[in-house]
Parts: sequence; C-alpha cells; structure tokens
Amino acid sequence: MSFNARHHILSVLVENKAGVLTRVAALFSRRAFNIVSLAVSPTEDERFSRMTIVVDADASPLEQIVKQLNKLIPVIKISEIAHDEGVEREMMLLTVKAPVESRSQVTDLSSIFDAKIVDVGFEALTMMVVGAPDKLDAFSDLIRPFGIVEMQRTGRIAMPKLARQPTKLRAVKTARG
Amino acid sequence: MKSTGKITGAQALIRSLEMEGVEVMFGLPGGAILPVYDPLIDSSIRHILVRHEQGAGHMASGYAHATGRPGVAMVTSGPAATNIVTPLADAYLDSVPMVVITGQVAYASIGTDAFQECDTVGITMPVTKHNWLVTDASDIPTIIREAFHVATTGRPGPVLVDFPKDVANQMMDWYWPDGVDMPGYKPTTKGHPKQVKDAAKLVVSAKRPVIYAGGGILKARAAEALKAFAELTGIPVVTTLMARGAFPDKHELCLGMPGMHGNYTAITALQQSDLLITLGARFDDRVTGKVGAFAPDAKIIHVDIDPAEQGKVRRPDVPIVGDCKQVIEELIKATKAEIAKHPQADISEWLATVRQWQVDFPLYYEQEEGGTLKPQFVIEKLRENTPEDCILASGVGQHQMWASQHWSFNLPYTWINSGGLGTMGYAVPAAIGAKVGRPDRMVWAVDGDGCFQMTAQELVTAAAEKIPVKIAILNNAYLGMVRQWQELFYEERYSEVYLSPDLPDYVKWAEAMGCVGLRCDNADDVVATIEKANAITDRPVVIDFRTDYREKVYPMVAAGTSNDDVILHPALNGKKEASRKGGAAEQAESTDQSNKER
Ligand SMILES: Cc1ncc(C[n+]2csc(CCOP(=O)(O)OP(=O)(O)O)c2C)c(N)n1
Ligand SMILES: [Mg+2]
Repeated sequence: MSFNARHHILSVLVENKAGVLTRVAALFSRRAFNIVSLAVSPTEDERFSRMTIVVDADASPLEQIVKQLNKLIPVIKISEIAHDEGVEREMMLLTVKAPVESRSQVTDLSSIFDAKIVDVGFEALTMMVVGAPDKLDAFSDLIRPFGIVEMQRTGRIAMPKLARQPTKLRAVKTARG
Repeated sequence: MKSTGKITGAQALIRSLEMEGVEVMFGLPGGAILPVYDPLIDSSIRHILVRHEQGAGHMASGYAHATGRPGVAMVTSGPAATNIVTPLADAYLDSVPMVVITGQVAYASIGTDAFQECDTVGITMPVTKHNWLVTDASDIPTIIREAFHVATTGRPGPVLVDFPKDVANQMMDWYWPDGVDMPGYKPTTKGHPKQVKDAAKLVVSAKRPVIYAGGGILKARAAEALKAFAELTGIPVVTTLMARGAFPDKHELCLGMPGMHGNYTAITALQQSDLLITLGARFDDRVTGKVGAFAPDAKIIHVDIDPAEQGKVRRPDVPIVGDCKQVIEELIKATKAEIAKHPQADISEWLATVRQWQVDFPLYYEQEEGGTLKPQFVIEKLRENTPEDCILASGVGQHQMWASQHWSFNLPYTWINSGGLGTMGYAVPAAIGAKVGRPDRMVWAVDGDGCFQMTAQELVTAAAEKIPVKIAILNNAYLGMVRQWQELFYEERYSEVYLSPDLPDYVKWAEAMGCVGLRCDNADDVVATIEKANAITDRPVVIDFRTDYREKVYPMVAAGTSNDDVILHPALNGKKEASRKGGAAEQAESTDQSNKER
C-alpha cells in the first residue's frame, strides 16, 4: 500500500452507538464506493468514536462519498487528512521464517526498521512494525525473500499535523451543512 | 420534561404518536406488535386495517403527499416488515415523510432466529433516512420525537422504528422531551446569500433560461414562491413527474413535463437552454436522458436542501443548499435588486421559439369516431368532469405517463405517483391514503390492469372503512409499457406481457370487494360512465375502461439516448423535419380536433 493519489484518508467522528459501523459500511456498498482500510476506535470523549477510512476514489466520487456519509445521522464530522498534512500510522504483525542460518539477517533487518520481535519460535519469529504505511510496505518487501508465513496490518489511523491550518475537505468545495 | 407516572412501553409508544399529532395510521397486527394494538383501542388515533402491509405503506405515502403531514404505518415483525420494504424504498426515492413502526421479537431473543424474526433494521437501512431499534422503554418518547423530526425536516423521507415485544411490555416513567438533541443532524435551510446573489446575476443575464422545477417545490411548499419568481422574470417552467401541479399547467409560462415521456417543448427547452434554474430537482436519468448530452450549453443553478444532490449528476455553476421556499423568496429579492441595477436580458425571442414548438409539436393522439377507446381520451374526459382540486393518483406504466401528460394540473398536491421507484400497485393504496387525509376532495386513481392486480385487495379496506375512492382502470390487456419497449426495441417479440381483458372480470371483482363496478368500452359512453361514478359517494367505484392496446406513449426519448432525439408521435414526424429546415411556421396550423397544445 504505497502512496496512491486515489487513496484519500477520511477521519470520521461518529456517535458511539450500536450499528454505526454497519451504517457506514452499508453506505459504501450501496453507493458502490471502495474502502481500502477502515479502523474504528474510541476517542477521548466516550460519546464518540473515530473511524479512519481510506477510500479509493477520484476527487469527484470522493465528494459524493463525503456528502453521503454526512447524511448519516450518527456521523458528526468528517475531515479529509491530506497525505502531506497529516501523520499516518499503521501497525503490522508478521511471522517470518527464521531458521538458525538466516535468523541474524532477519533480526538485522528488523532492527533497521525498528521492528520489535514479539514472539520467538524454533523456525520463525513474529515481529511488530509501526510506522507510516510506506515504511511497512518497504519492510514487508525486504523481508519477503526470507519467507513470510503470515502477515496482518491494522489499517491506517491518522491525525492532522499540529500548528498548521485546520483540516479541511480539500476535494469538497460545495458541501455545507 | 414532565414526568407523569409509570406506563408500559406500548402505552408510551401510542402516547408519543398522539403527542406528535398523529390522527390516523395504517396497519395490520400480529404477534410481535400485539402489545401496542391494545392501548390503541383507547387512543384517539384512527387505525385503518389494511389487507396487505404494502398497502399500509403506500397509504401512508398517499396520505403524506396529499396532506404534507407524515404518514404513519404500523405492522408486525418478520414477513410484515419485509412486506413494507417496497413502500419504504418507494418513499425514500420520492422523499416522502413517513414513520413506520414494526414489531420485533423480544430484545432478549434477537439473534436466535426466533419465530418471525428478521433483521428489520439491517434490511431497511438502505431504504430509510434513518431507523432505530428500541432497546429500552425509557427511550421511546425520545426516539419517536427524533423519528418524526428526521422524517419531516431537511429532505423528507421514511424512517422506521423497530419495536421489540419485551420493550413494549416494560414499564417506564412517562415524559415528553422538549426537543431533539441530534448533533449529527442539522439540515441547512437558508441559502448562502452570496450564492443567491450569484444566482440572481445569472438569472437576469440569461437569454434562454428555463426553470426546472422538481418535487422539492412541493416538499418545501414553495408553489406560490415559484409562481412569483416565474412571473417576476417571465421565465418558462417545466414541471417534472414529481412536480406536476407545483406550477399551474394553464399558466402561460408552463411548459409541462420534461423527460423520457415529456412533451417536445419541455424536453427541448431544457436541452437548448443557456441557464437551468433547478429548483428541488435532481437530474434524474429519466429527465436528462444521456447525461453527457443533456442541456450542453446551460449554466446550472441548483437549489436543493440535500447537499449530496449538488454535483451528484451535473456539476452546478451556482449550488445553493437550502429549503426551496426560503431560497426562492431570497432569490426573488436578489433578482429584483439586480433588475434595479440594470434590466433583465431580453428573452422574448426565446419565448417565441418555445411557443412555436408548442404549436408545432403538441401532445398528439387520435380518437376516431366509433373507433377503439383511446386511453388519453379517457384521461381528458376525466379531467373535464372532475373538480379542479380533484386529487389524481396513478400506478406505473403507460397509463401513468398519459395521466401526467393529459391531465391538467393546476393546484399543488393534486398528483400522487411513484416516480423514483416506479412501483406498480401504488395507485389504489395511495389514493386511499390521500382520501383519508383529504376527505373533502374527490380522489381518482388512474391505474393499469397490471398494476391493479397487484394491490386491488386494498379496495376491501376502502369499502370497509368507507373511503370512497374512484379507480379508472385503463385496461389494455397488457403490461403495456413493457409491451411498448418490446414493440420498439425488441422487434415486436412480445415476451410475457399479455394479461387478457376479461381475466379477471374487473367489474365482478370490484363488486366482490364491496365497490361499485362499471365498464366502458367506447368513447361515446365515457362521460356518462364517469358521471355515474362521480355520483357514488358512499363506496369506492371501479371503472373498467377497455382501451386500445396498440396505443403507445409519445413523445419518447429512448433510454440512454440524447434528449435531442425525441421520438414524436408518427403523425408529427414530418413536422419535425420541416421545422429543422426552418419551415415550422407554415406547417403550424393543425386541424385535428384532439390536438392538444401544452
Ligand atoms: C413492481 C413492479 N414490477 C414490474 C415493473 C416493471 N413494469 C413497469 S410498467 C409495467 C407494466 C404495467 O402494466 P399496467 O399496469 O397494465 O400498465 P400499462 O403500462 O399497461 O398502462 C411493468 C411490468 C414495475 N415497474 N414494478
Ligand atoms: Mg395494461
């Protein structure tokens, strides 16, 4: 999941109520929009949750996505976090083959990427990497020749960078209300 | 919030509906909703017992169209909930305010595949503006208030409240909330002043402007404002299928209906316009034809209360999010201010062009003396023999298009049909709902023989409840609209469209349902039969009009083609060629009696 101009990060503040995730997901399928990744978590205020949705869309469909999302009653606020205006992080867990012969090479590579070894077996290691999505991409590319047994990524979460202008819906010029 | 003692959830639900001013609801009981039907006996709310839940939903819709108040329906869980999905989807596409209450199995049993359990909230999520599952009786007043608020404000639409049986039996402390607190729901009603000003500038400088009026005019109760705006500017108005009646057909600026079966003038005026003043319309594919070829030279002002409509199909030059009535009133002020600065562009040449199209390309059909009865003739005679404020409902098909084309609508809220979803079977229940809401009005439905067979049983409801609606079946023995497409686009290979004129016997069927059944198979008897039906006021009446099955709806813009390619009635084709060569004026006089100018 390296940088892709069609990928847009929407940070969506929603009411923390039953069924909200279903409503959002159903809207995406009903309107034929594509989700690349989606992460949901509680916020500092227990009444609300935050969804970070990475969508695959051109600017004009993105505007429709945002407007349709806005019509969902439990959706409070939507911001688009542009790649250069936000801090994006993702976590990856991966189990890599690491027999004695290649183990040190694997651990060397992992230390370059600040990956943490979280589980050790006779023939394999499980590592955790946290970082911007392209860092995770690079790491998984480089480690692949050793043999990836299993891999999972959380999907992105993102926050606007500090001390800049407030976030705005870049692709949405006409939406209000 | 006042607290006044403990009551059951079921009682709280009924009391909440009363607090919302509900006078009538349409429904049918069953296991899961049983607890609510008990306190209903003691309620001031009139309940109309339908014969099928789809009927309840469409009645609620017809009621809402006719009165402007939300229609309310209540049914049980499982199959009853799925039976009302069609009316929800219908109301969602046509933005009809409706509150539907469904029974649900006990909250404690949800997810166990209990008897008559289905995921009503999940099933109806994409066809409602919002829906709620009540999990605690103390939430009932709050949820019902929210439900009515959401259904009736912003872009109206249907909502659903799913009501588990154990919650109905749970005790709660009654209260009535002072208002709603919905942080994620704040519709914008007031148009942005700068946008309104920009719109006014376009309005006064356009040379070929057209007002493209949609159903939003009616939802916003903006018909008067629209008239004032049109008269101020002298700009002609097209009224979409959902907006028939929003601007009087007999007004000299009215061009009638555009779209797939619109009249030539309305279609072509949009197409050749340099400014579309779009008011509460949504560039539906039935109006635009091939979108890329639609009104290529037109700038777009788009007024809509739903921000998501802005730019969904056609990118507006001036988007205005707001309530149509408020925005038009502001636009009138802004336009006056612009005109005060410099006069409005001269549009007389444009108006003359438009008028010439009206003369050259009227709606056309021929009722031959002694020939087979033409459906259009029936509609014209119906119009002539009913009061101006008569409400007309229709089903979906050829008869619907003829009704919209040939009926003269001169008052708002006199036309009730299924535009967005195109739901066959809409007419009978919608007419019943309308008559319940407006007992003072005469209510007719123009229905197809195919449509009638889908929901006719609701005439039993109407007979039992003494709701004297009148149904004119245009019985062409076919699923006529489908037949028309097969004739024109599938080389007359007719596949599964024949119905038979006699099976069922509509007169006997009507009588069996407690209605008066009449039949008419020739032009000479049409008026007398209508008069007979009009004289019956204590029961529903059904007239079986035997109409010409060969008749097709013209004009037509074939699906996916450009609005430049209007297919006219074959009798008018020569004229179009002549007009293209600039010889329209000489060919203008038309001698046929039944030629109609619109
Ligand atoms: C529920 C439903 N099923 C199918 C259709 C497709 N359809 C559109 S018009 C039509 C024919 C309607 O026949 P009828 O009621 O006799 O009207 P006519 O066109 O003959 O006037 C059909 C089948 C539909 N719109 N709705
Ligand atoms: Mg028919």
